[in-house]
Amino acid sequence: MLTVTGVCTVLAVSVLFFILGYLFIQGGRSLNWDFLTKLPAPVGGTGGGMANAIVGSGQVLLLATMIGVPIGFLAGVYLAEYEGVLFSSLVRFVTDLLNGVPSIVIGIFAYTLIVLRVKHFSAIAGGVALGIMMIPIAVRSTEEFLRAVPVSLREGALALGSSRWKMVVTVVIPAALRGILSGMMLNLARVAGETAPLLFTSLNNQFWSTGLSQPTATLPVMIYAYAISPYPDWHRQAWAAGFLLLMLVLSVNVTARYVISSGFSHKARV
Amino acid sequence: MFASIRSEVAVQGSREIENTRSKAGLKLQSRNLSFYYGKFKALHEIDLKIQANKITAFIGPSGCGKSTFLRTLNRMNETIRHTRFDGEVLLDDDNILNLELTALRRRVGMVFQRSNPFPKSIFDNVAYGPRLNGIRGKSALEEVVEKCLVRSALWDEVKDKLHKTAYDLSGGQQQRLCIARALAVEPEVLLLDEPCSALDPIATAKIEELLFQIKDFCTIVMVTHNMQQAARIAEYTGFFLMGKLIEFDTTKTIFEKPSIQATEDYITGRFG
Repeated sequence: MLTVTGVCTVLAVSVLFFILGYLFIQGGRSLNWDFLTKLPAPVGGTGGGMANAIVGSGQVLLLATMIGVPIGFLAGVYLAEYEGVLFSSLVRFVTDLLNGVPSIVIGIFAYTLIVLRVKHFSAIAGGVALGIMMIPIAVRSTEEFLRAVPVSLREGALALGSSRWKMVVTVVIPAALRGILSGMMLNLARVAGETAPLLFTSLNNQFWSTGLSQPTATLPVMIYAYAISPYPDWHRQAWAAGFLLLMLVLSVNVTARYVISSGFSHKARV
Repeated sequence: MFASIRSEVAVQGSREIENTRSKAGLKLQSRNLSFYYGKFKALHEIDLKIQANKITAFIGPSGCGKSTFLRTLNRMNETIRHTRFDGEVLLDDDNILNLELTALRRRVGMVFQRSNPFPKSIFDNVAYGPRLNGIRGKSALEEVVEKCLVRSALWDEVKDKLHKTAYDLSGGQQQRLCIARALAVEPEVLLLDEPCSALDPIATAKIEELLFQIKDFCTIVMVTHNMQQAARIAEYTGFFLMGKLIEFDTTKTIFEKPSIQATEDYITGRFG
């Protein structure tokens, strides 16, 4: 029995290392300064880079954060602190359902909501799609971390004559902030690699996007476009983009873990 | 049947106390107070008068309702769902239900069984209440913080690390910090719910000593598991059993010649 479980554990871990190693070998050697700073080469040409997609991913993720984090955070505060039993279990159920909606469906939703209205693809539409995807996890992780704050801290604040919302703002949220922050970072890392919702929304762009209301290149869509192309040089660049994306996600993960394991609220054992 | 006799005696006891004290000495009283967790009646018609600037202690076995009673006095039980109480509690002459909740809790502070400092610095812990009350000036806050830490006998130990996290303090220091934090709101009454139950004898002695100091400007009501503690520091003692106030009198009377058998049995260690 021990052997079987041990083998499966090794298998589970080795999948990750296999992917990491393969990306590192294939992508690492294609990753160079040009890749980070230059625009894509014209179709069929060699060289060039994905600078526009790197910036574009940043723009779309920033928009997604601006939409997903405030809505998710505040709704999480509501669920944790001001619940009416029936309503909040309904909200929890709905957010869980939303979390289960395939990302491509959310892409179509943003496409219908924004792209069809304004009649062109845009970074904004992509940001809205990813922002919607962030909401359920943002809500639930905020709620979990707020609930983990001990009752004794809440009572301590109330006993000093704090009102309910002042207690939440001055004691409960600060005590849970590191946890919430790391939850949001992991959430962002999760949507950073989403491709399907962006295909209908921010689409792609071979050049610098001229504004948030214009079609915008992003790393995942770029990987998709380059990987299905017939050109070996583009395949090479797709690997490099994959490697870059993975590095970004990994570093966000590591930072989030650092945030949660250091500092005040950890010492507080909340 | 015994219950009604017991509570009658208790009422008489507190009447006597009232007669021997001037009316001005009465700080807090409960009248016919019953408390319910859902359908469970946890407190049965409690009548009790608490004297100003004295230490009043409640003793009794676990689950007897003494903590529930204490938490009714600042309406802390309202944070628990499906609870309610009948009867009334008067702070001076005000029914506590007519007072604004936050105002009541500023007048009637509370220290809990387990120390619960906020995950903030020592300074910010003590300054929490004053800041709620709108004190913003740095020097004004520093003054309050120092005063309260001195009163809670913690100043000398923490004056060089006021801006360090409160979690670095020992258990006893944390509890004194919580007392300082409660005092910073300048409460008229301070409720303490078994404040020393998690502390060693030395830390306990420090807290008892400081309670003696602060009763000059603050009425103290405490729940304790430790009968010696009640005997040491309280002027008045109430004995609770199964949700009823069995006997309430001066500590001397309760410990030396209690008028009810159950009190004597508990004090002499026959149960509980």
